[in-house]
Amino acid sequence: MQRLTQREAAPANLLISGARLFDGDSGLEGVQLDVRVVDGTIAEIGSDLEADGVETIDAAGLTMTPGLIDPHVHLRTPGDEDEEDIASGTHAAAAGGFVAILAMPNTDPVVDSAAVLSGLVERAGEQAAVPTGFFAAISRGLEGRELVDMAELAARGAAGFSDDGRPVERAGMLRRALQYSRVTGLKLTLHEEDTTLTAGSQMHEGAVSAELGLHGYPGIGESVMVGRDLQIARYEHAPLHLCHISAAESVAEIRRAKELGVEVTAEVSPHHLCLTDQLVRDLDPAVSKMNPPLRSAADRAALIEALADGTLDCIATDHAPHRTHEKEVPFEAAPNGVIGLETAFAAVYTELVAPGLVSLPTVIERMSAGPARAFDLPVPALRTGAPADLALWDLSESWVVAPPYASRSRNCAFAGRTLRGRCTVTIAAGTVAHRLAEVAR
Amino acid sequence: MDLYPPTGLPRRRHLLSISDLDRADVERLLETAEGFESVMQRDVKKVPTLRGRTVVNLFFESSTRTSSSFELAAKRLSADTISVKASGSSVDKGESLKDTILTLSAYDPDVIVIRHPQAGAPAIVTRHTDAHVVNAGDGKHQHPTQSLLDLYTIRKALGKVEGLQVAIVGDVLHSRVARSNIQALTMLGAHVTLVGPPTLIPREAATMGVTVSHSIDDIAEVDVIYVLRMQRERMLEGANYVPSLREYSALWGVTPDRVRPSQLVMHPGPINRGVEISAEVADSASSRIVDQVRAGLVTRMAVLYDLLTEPTTTGGQAALRAVEPAGQEVA
Repeated sequence: MQRLTQREAAPANLLISGARLFDGDSGLEGVQLDVRVVDGTIAEIGSDLEADGVETIDAAGLTMTPGLIDPHVHLRTPGDEDEEDIASGTHAAAAGGFVAILAMPNTDPVVDSAAVLSGLVERAGEQAAVPTGFFAAISRGLEGRELVDMAELAARGAAGFSDDGRPVERAGMLRRALQYSRVTGLKLTLHEEDTTLTAGSQMHEGAVSAELGLHGYPGIGESVMVGRDLQIARYEHAPLHLCHISAAESVAEIRRAKELGVEVTAEVSPHHLCLTDQLVRDLDPAVSKMNPPLRSAADRAALIEALADGTLDCIATDHAPHRTHEKEVPFEAAPNGVIGLETAFAAVYTELVAPGLVSLPTVIERMSAGPARAFDLPVPALRTGAPADLALWDLSESWVVAPPYASRSRNCAFAGRTLRGRCTVTIAAGTVAHRLAEVAR
Repeated sequence: MDLYPPTGLPRRRHLLSISDLDRADVERLLETAEGFESVMQRDVKKVPTLRGRTVVNLFFESSTRTSSSFELAAKRLSADTISVKASGSSVDKGESLKDTILTLSAYDPDVIVIRHPQAGAPAIVTRHTDAHVVNAGDGKHQHPTQSLLDLYTIRKALGKVEGLQVAIVGDVLHSRVARSNIQALTMLGAHVTLVGPPTLIPREAATMGVTVSHSIDDIAEVDVIYVLRMQRERMLEGANYVPSLREYSALWGVTPDRVRPSQLVMHPGPINRGVEISAEVADSASSRIVDQVRAGLVTRMAVLYDLLTEPTTTGGQAALRAVEPAGQEVA
């Protein structure tokens, strides 16, 4: 079953010379090599390769990695195309070095029927700059009451099922969904939140919320649901993926479940890895308001440790575009969410790799092979014979995050920050999806 | 001496939070307020200091004390004032706040005073106007001029703030006054104890440098009892913070048997007699509730004056001197 779709584009024929290659699966740890791409496939990796009449990209001083995969993107299509659409969202992905993304179904209308899903797949075939997959909802209208027609949606190419944006509140409903989804072979992807603990919340509950007077969302608001759902998954012997884990308490639950053999994968966002609730002091909801919220320094440390030891399998952006004017409001009135596709790798490189908290190969694994394996997608690899799914990075160049963005929205958590690790070229499914000059405009 | 030391580019001075001030700023403002006391004793209670200046009072939330106090403060300084009261329903659309600010800013106001039910509204205002912005209360976040008037009241009654024991009693969780006062009182060297039900004290309140207690007995030894009302309009529906007001009053009500004559009793208003404070205490000699309102006028005059005149390196004394000649002109 083809679960990723992109627009038709000419396959790349290129020689990329002199980059330092990193790919743990292929045993590459920074060795300088040339890579020949013929008709979209990596035809040859070696030293001193000849151009043979095709374009050569001089990548001396640059770093080549397998392309990144983001399993958690809000493309806002259908319904809110003024915030993002498939073209702008996938261009943003390409600009961030992503070669595949999975889009969440909490759109308007919700992706809970074959008709809506088929419309999206068709549009992706016309517009998507990188291969794009679509989650279908778990429940009709994300209401948490009736299951969607899972088998039909799977047959139409759904990448999995998620009510993201909302938890599946009723345990009995989640159990039925886990049981029934077996017929599809697809995974449930859960937004974990006990809304009786988080009602009215604006930010992480802690010292900063006490001082600012913003209603708090405690770490247990996430972890009690993580704990509940892991118990259900264990009982049902069902696989499970957990979205945007943010709290130290949740990490402990996941670590324990993995030790018990539960087939769980979990993701963490760049903003939760790099930022803390101190950022909320500026009261700018465009950069610091999201669900789950930015948490304490101790939570952040627990997330970094869990990313390094593999308790957290993937980095996922939870790219959530919002209209500028909807974020230019008092903090308490603003919607949740920040965009992150264009800054994901650079943020993690700058805040985690450069200071030596997590190694570059680990970060690459968590942003590429990790999410690919979690969702049974092809694993991008720098290997002869593999499709060209790769990204080139300038790890020395610093730039200040500021508009224009390839994304249609501007609510970036890293706006105004100086980051290192800029994507210069992305080749996705054998086609050139991004070259820096094009995006710089 | 800058009121808000610039962090990078020089920026317009605002008063959004007590944390925008340092101790010297607070001392200067309180001394300036004291200078305005003499003006209030005169038959003609007006000075020309801010003649030709415009102060916009923008209230998105009901207010008696604060709005009347800011308006009168501006008028006593001879500023032109515009008072805009927005209905509660339009404030949910932040777009309208931005547009309201853009509209009012077209009149080139010198100061915009804003009260808003949502935390962070004054911060938004600063992004869309060239005026100085004064926070007159935003959600549960901050109410800095209330703190200045409370400090002024305490200092006038007891001669100092340093070293005093102050108990803030009641619904701290939903109180912007409590948040501002914790910062202001601790900055000036008072020791603060928060007293109230465990459900109405923020979980990590102790990180703000205060003592937390759930027993009303702990107000017995303090110098100042600062009472807060139950802010039911800010509570989540059905959240069960306390079982009943009856039980709340029994456990945490400030009643005559719990107050000694030597203790000051303060309350930011509006008070709910018989709930957080008994009528006897509110009307007793210990009560400074009416003094607080009076102090609000001169401290708000001081804030407007301070924002619209350059602070000098000699601080309060210079501000005082600047007031006096202006007063003589009128007299």
